[in-house]
Amino acid sequence: MNEAILVFLMAFVTILLRALPFLVFRGQTPKYIAYLGEVLPAAIIGMLVVYCLKDVRIASAPFGIPGLVAAVCVVGLQIWKRNSLISILGGTFVYMLMIQSRFLVSGL
Amino acid sequence: MVWITLNNKIIKYAFLKSLPVLAGYIVLGIGFGILLRSAGYGVLWALAMSALIYAGSMQYVGVGLLAGGASVIETILTTLMVNARHLFYSISMVDSYRDAGKYKPYLIFALTDETYSLLCDGNVPEECSAEEYWFLVSFFNQCYWVTGCVAGNILGSALPFSTAGIEFSMTALFISSFTEQWLTHKDHIPACTGLFSAFLCLVVFGSEHFLIPSMLLITFILTLLRKKEEARSE
Repeated sequence: MNEAILVFLMAFVTILLRALPFLVFRGQTPKYIAYLGEVLPAAIIGMLVVYCLKDVRIASAPFGIPGLVAAVCVVGLQIWKRNSLISILGGTFVYMLMIQSRFLVSGL
Repeated sequence: MVWITLNNKIIKYAFLKSLPVLAGYIVLGIGFGILLRSAGYGVLWALAMSALIYAGSMQYVGVGLLAGGASVIETILTTLMVNARHLFYSISMVDSYRDAGKYKPYLIFALTDETYSLLCDGNVPEECSAEEYWFLVSFFNQCYWVTGCVAGNILGSALPFSTAGIEFSMTALFISSFTEQWLTHKDHIPACTGLFSAFLCLVVFGSEHFLIPSMLLITFILTLLRKKEEARSE
C-alpha cells in the first residue's frame, strides 16, 4: 500500500516537471523562452551525447574502442545517407559485433 | 476514437521515425523489468510504473526507493532531482506544442529524453498534421517501453540470445540526432555549448550528478550569447 503511494508520487512529480513550463507560459510565449526553444535542443542533444558516453572506460580493455568506432560509424552513415534509422542500426550492429567478440574483450 | 481520423500514411511515417527507439526501449525496459522482479515486484508493478511514471532512469532509481522503503519526502526530492532535466525539454517545446489541442496533455506527459530527441528538430512530414505525428511518435514510444518493462518482468533473464551491446542504440540515437542537427544548422554555437558544458560538468561533478549543473550552465551561456545569436539568425 505504502509502495503504491510512492509510485503515484514519482508519477505525479514527473508529470509536474514536464507540465510546469507549459502551465507557466500559457499566454504569448515570452521572447526569451522562444529564444531558448530555438537554441536549447541542439545544446541538450550535445549534452545527451556526453551523457551516453559518460561510463566509457578508457583505462582498461577494451579501452572504449567499440563505443568510439561505433560512434564514428553513426556519424559517417548520417553524413552519407541522412537517414537516422540506417545510422542507428548500423552503429548498433557494429557495436554489438565488437562487444560480443572475445577478441576485443580479452585480446587487446 | 482518435485512430479513425488518422490516415495510414502518417501512421507509417511515425512508426518508421520511432523505430530507433523500439530496440532501445525494449532492451532498457527489459532491464528494468528484470531489476524490478529481482526486488520482489511483479508484473502489475511493472505495468503501473511504465504506464504512469514513464521515465527510464527514474524507474530504475524508483526500484531502489520501493525496495528500500523510502519516505514520502525522500521520494519527492529524488524524483525532482532525477527528472529536473525534463523542465528544459518542456521549455524548448512550449512554442511547438502550443496549439496541439486535444493531444497536448499526452504529448507533455510522454516527453521523454528519446521522444524529445526525435521531435525537437521541428521537422514534420509533408501533408501531415504536426500534432497527430507528434502524438503517434510519442504513443509508439510508450508502447515499446511498456512492452519492454512487462516482458522483462515476466521473462526474467531467460532470453534466448545475447543482446549484449544493444543498449548502444540509445547512444546512436542521440549521436545521429546531433549529427543531423549539425548538418542542417549553420550556427554551431548551441551544439558546441552543449558538448562543452556537459563535458566540463562531467569532469567537475562526476558522472552521477552532472546533468543538472550542465543544464544550468548551458542555459547561462546561451543567455549570455542571446544578443549575438539573435543577430546571427536574422
